[in-house]
Amino acid sequence: MSDIPEELKYTKSHEWVLDEGDGIAAVGITDHAQELLGDLVFVELPEVGAELTAGAECAVVESVKAASDIYSPLDGEVVEVNEALADSPEAINEAPYENWIFKLKMADPSQLDNLLDAAAYAEFIESEEH
Amino acid sequence: MEEKTVLNPIHREMGARMVPFGGWEMPIHYGSQIEEHHAVRRDAGMFDICHMTAVDIRGPGATPFLRHLLANDVARLKSPGKALYSCMLNEAGGVIDDLITYRMDDHWYRMVVNAATTEKDLAWLKRQAAGFEVSIEPRRDLGMIAVQGPNAREKALPLLPQPLQEAAAGLKPFSATSSGEWFVGRTGYTGEDGFEIMLRADEAPTLWQALAGAGVRPCGLGARDTLRLEAGMNLYGADMDETVSPLEAGLGWTLDFSDAQRDFIGRQALEEQKREGRLRRFTGLVLEGKCVLRNHQKLYDGDNEVGEITSGGFSPTLERAIGLARVRGDALDTLEVDIRGRRLPVRLVKPPFVRQGKACITL
Repeated sequence: MSDIPEELKYTKSHEWVLDEGDGIAAVGITDHAQELLGDLVFVELPEVGAELTAGAECAVVESVKAASDIYSPLDGEVVEVNEALADSPEAINEAPYENWIFKLKMADPSQLDNLLDAAAYAEFIESEEH
Repeated sequence: MEEKTVLNPIHREMGARMVPFGGWEMPIHYGSQIEEHHAVRRDAGMFDICHMTAVDIRGPGATPFLRHLLANDVARLKSPGKALYSCMLNEAGGVIDDLITYRMDDHWYRMVVNAATTEKDLAWLKRQAAGFEVSIEPRRDLGMIAVQGPNAREKALPLLPQPLQEAAAGLKPFSATSSGEWFVGRTGYTGEDGFEIMLRADEAPTLWQALAGAGVRPCGLGARDTLRLEAGMNLYGADMDETVSPLEAGLGWTLDFSDAQRDFIGRQALEEQKREGRLRRFTGLVLEGKCVLRNHQKLYDGDNEVGEITSGGFSPTLERAIGLARVRGDALDTLEVDIRGRRLPVRLVKPPFVRQGKACITL
């Protein structure tokens, strides 16, 4: 059973979002996502300053098996990317919730309410598997 | 609904992630594909290959039949137990399947064919067998386990039936020995030493558990693919298929034209292709820098598309993206690959990339 921390928000495309306050949100991929992908070997990060739209492709993670797009959960501007992942993408496999991929300045923090909470995400992955 | 091998419940118990593959439900990995890959390069790993099919070809016509059917020449198998890798071609010279044929005795050969192509292969075999005195019997009663890695033979030998142990210990590469339904070949698909073991399917779970007990790591199809790619071995359906000539898939070495009288299926088409020239070149390639090569990515020389990756992936041993590709015959040794609209430099190299745990190319 994969780990789904209570304090985070989730998308149906398996990103997690942490509201860091001051309008900043950190984004990563869930434990379930990293488990499905297998060993990660490459992360293509977005550019700092890029304007993202909720639901649009903004980064790519590649495992030994396959490449998988990451979708921005929210509208906003990229203010920071996790450069350490360039050299150690496997950190996401080891600790998916500690290794955020990028941080956004949210255009509209009320969009957080549209995301899934932990219980809803757990239910969603359950339904996807059956 | 996919078919399940006799080892399916054990894979699940051992924590495998199961995926559909060639009509079968197979383990892709048991936690970490990369660790499984390293286990085979450094120690010993095992693969469930029960989904592949052994086909026995028997009868006084077996040798002439196979000399007609296969592009490599079974007449090269001078004694029982010898193995031969070959393509089975259609009349146009396209590859119906690639397979290994073992000579069992004078009138008996055993072929091992790919899982996804089994039904098509059997239909082709039966059609081509008309006029030859042979019987064709798929051995669905047999299971197969591959044990691969520098310590694989040492770990597997004590688990073989006593009468087989000495003969198995003395096997030369690409040869096999058998006793009853047990059959052991010193073959594989990883670029490492090891055995491929056939036995009654109902005995396979016991052998699998015993191998695990001896410290042989269960490995999934994911590691099987990165290992064979590093070893520069072709994958049917990716690197070649019925529309591709073996001459354009790096398989020229498996075509035996030496007996001018031997009229094997596809021979005429291949000879015509050779006369015409302009064949595409099958090559290995290495990505300079980070990212991952994938099947079907296009290769460019400036603005000109000059080829396509047929097998791309990440090499855990080299920690680099590597691939196999088909390019124009006159392509340069340095090209660019298009990855999601970006152009990255690749260098063409001669496979294999890794054999017996050692890098074969300079990075």
